[in-house]
Amino acid sequence: MRTLLAAFAATTILAGAAQATTVYPLDRATILAGSPFDFKVELNKQVKLEDVKITVNGQDYKTVLGGEAQFVELEKGKDDKALGSAILLRGLKISAPGDYKIEVAAGDETKSVTWNVYETAAQPKAKNIIFLLGDGLSVAHRTAARIMSKGMTEGKANGRLNMDDLERMAFIGTSATNAVDTDSANTMSAYMTGHKTAVNAIGVYADRTPASLDDPRVETFAEAVRRLTKKSIGIVATAEVEDATPAAVVAHTRNRNDKADVVGMLLDVKPEVLLGGGSAYFLGKEVAGSKRKDNQDYIKQFQDAGYKLATDKNELAANASAEGNLLGLFHTGNMDVTLDREFLKKGTVDKFPYQPGLVAMTKVALDRLSKNPDGFFLMVEGSSIDKMSHPLDWDRAVYETIEFDQAIGVAREFQKAHPDTLIVVTGDHTHGVSIIGTVDDEKPGTEMREKVGTYAEAGFPNYKDENGDGYPDKVDVSRRLFLSANNGPDHYETFRPKLDGPFVPAVQNEKKEYVANEQYKDVPGAVFVQGNIPKSGDSGVHAADDVVLQSAGPGAEGFHGYMEQSDVYRVLADTFALGAKQTN
Amino acid sequence: MEKLPSLHLSRRGLIGAIGTLALAAVARPSSAADSLISFDELYGKFGVLGLEFSDKVKRLAGKGISMKGFMAPPLKAEAQFFVLTEVPMSLCPFCSSDADWPDNIVVVYLGEKQTFVQPRQTIEVRGTLEYGSWTDPETGFVSLLRIRQAEYSAV
Repeated sequence: MRTLLAAFAATTILAGAAQATTVYPLDRATILAGSPFDFKVELNKQVKLEDVKITVNGQDYKTVLGGEAQFVELEKGKDDKALGSAILLRGLKISAPGDYKIEVAAGDETKSVTWNVYETAAQPKAKNIIFLLGDGLSVAHRTAARIMSKGMTEGKANGRLNMDDLERMAFIGTSATNAVDTDSANTMSAYMTGHKTAVNAIGVYADRTPASLDDPRVETFAEAVRRLTKKSIGIVATAEVEDATPAAVVAHTRNRNDKADVVGMLLDVKPEVLLGGGSAYFLGKEVAGSKRKDNQDYIKQFQDAGYKLATDKNELAANASAEGNLLGLFHTGNMDVTLDREFLKKGTVDKFPYQPGLVAMTKVALDRLSKNPDGFFLMVEGSSIDKMSHPLDWDRAVYETIEFDQAIGVAREFQKAHPDTLIVVTGDHTHGVSIIGTVDDEKPGTEMREKVGTYAEAGFPNYKDENGDGYPDKVDVSRRLFLSANNGPDHYETFRPKLDGPFVPAVQNEKKEYVANEQYKDVPGAVFVQGNIPKSGDSGVHAADDVVLQSAGPGAEGFHGYMEQSDVYRVLADTFALGAKQTN
Repeated sequence: MEKLPSLHLSRRGLIGAIGTLALAAVARPSSAADSLISFDELYGKFGVLGLEFSDKVKRLAGKGISMKGFMAPPLKAEAQFFVLTEVPMSLCPFCSSDADWPDNIVVVYLGEKQTFVQPRQTIEVRGTLEYGSWTDPETGFVSLLRIRQAEYSAV
């Protein structure tokens, strides 16, 4: 969101200021044996090549890293600002596991980092991995989804979510290399590369030069799967397919907003199944609705590469069991959220009336990917849990969580028939949200805050699911769960679901400050909530709290205790034995 | 709550109504009122593979029109154009970058320099309608609908 853009600008400026000598990969990096990565040293001063000495475990780097680095005498920042010299070696590989100490000396600058190169099991533990990511999935989202979907009697849940029965668990740290609180680009990138990186970065370390596409790269999981196996790759999201999370499966950029470039990177890796929104970046600029700045027709390029195209749920269903690669694009932008798509018919549903949901997309992806006798890697993103949590629209965010859980149910069914499948369910970061009770319209008075029940006054909400579809039949019941944000811009709390479309908490004024959206001021009982983040923030922000990861199937035993996001990659790589020479 | 429908209809839901509105516009006898064009009347068809301009846009191309909307915060202070949006751009919680404008924007090239107004002020723009892809040579900004030789006033 805008706040992230601001953060990006800030980090770029900081990176341009005098810093300690930097070596990429950073100190304490963990690197999959044999996985290609770029090595870069950024010196503070301009030096001569002969003044630079780099050793790896005491030996000249060329012997160990297998090549001579490119020397850049002077890197330039914004407005041609001199940044210092740099050394760059792209696409190197280290096959032998162990610790590697890299020592750099140039003039009076010195820097030392240590990397750990790890191998994996020699044999794969599972044939398939289904990685399900709820963007922004926080504990409150899942608790609310359980209560709204299944109900609660005398303090015990009346039913369980699909994610509740995944037995192996870990707490996952989400922080970025440059900030404790982070975004979806670098969090998913850490899962998908095994390297933590900076806010807004995907598949790269964030270097100091302004260009966003030349930063030191690390291999993504999909690329490793391509390099070493004959497995298929699937990507399913309700966001634009070039949005941060799906992009991180394959892409490399310092700036997640390079969406037009990400489409090309998707085509480079050619996932067998690619389903979601975001067709605007596939259309040449002459086509109304395009968001490209060039005339590349990526719909045609994908079709020329052998892809079948589906643009609505009927075409998706017709393609469910066909052969060949499948590109499904169901919206020019992000797909509509479950509450609007299936129930309220708000948002852009009348523009794109036949969008499939996450469940249907997951089913088709599994049907097609499972045809490959070598197995597959499938990433499924419940994208809009996050997209609805930013504007503090908790009802929409919880409906998204229920839909995400139903997609997990599809994966669990598949796993029953195919026990050689690892399922991983997690979030990429959390939001500052908690359930603190209920709102009861029957409580006396007109002030809505007096209708908020906490502790014993809360009772239980009265959602009903008489048609058994897993969603409450009505979202605006008389006694509702009350979710509240611990951060946000100035806004009006209405204590009610937003039936007319997603909540827009704050609007910008002429000073470019976000102020409470007065459209909600006159909602009966609405109260003004003063923001507690800078006025440049337009919505609630991510929380740095750990996320919960749950897992089941072969390889799941690798998840336990506290883990960094980058450690999760290692378990995935171990499950497919990507650090060993594959025989199949 | 009564203000909400217009807010959200305008933001995301407007498009469904377009088919019928466009037909209504065609059925009406041509009149001075036709030179007024609303955001609802820009496109005749929406789809994953692209949008289609309405007959009204095609008919009014090259002619003087007027249109109401909001001025998005300028890309750069000295830019010679601004983006006209149906709702204030600050009401776009889904826009993750400046590239993520809503589908239905109109770029306004001013005939003469004018002072920018605050983003929440409704303005009426008058000028010559033009459609088709155009890349601004100075900024690289790509637009599909433009009002040229424009002037505007607050309403």
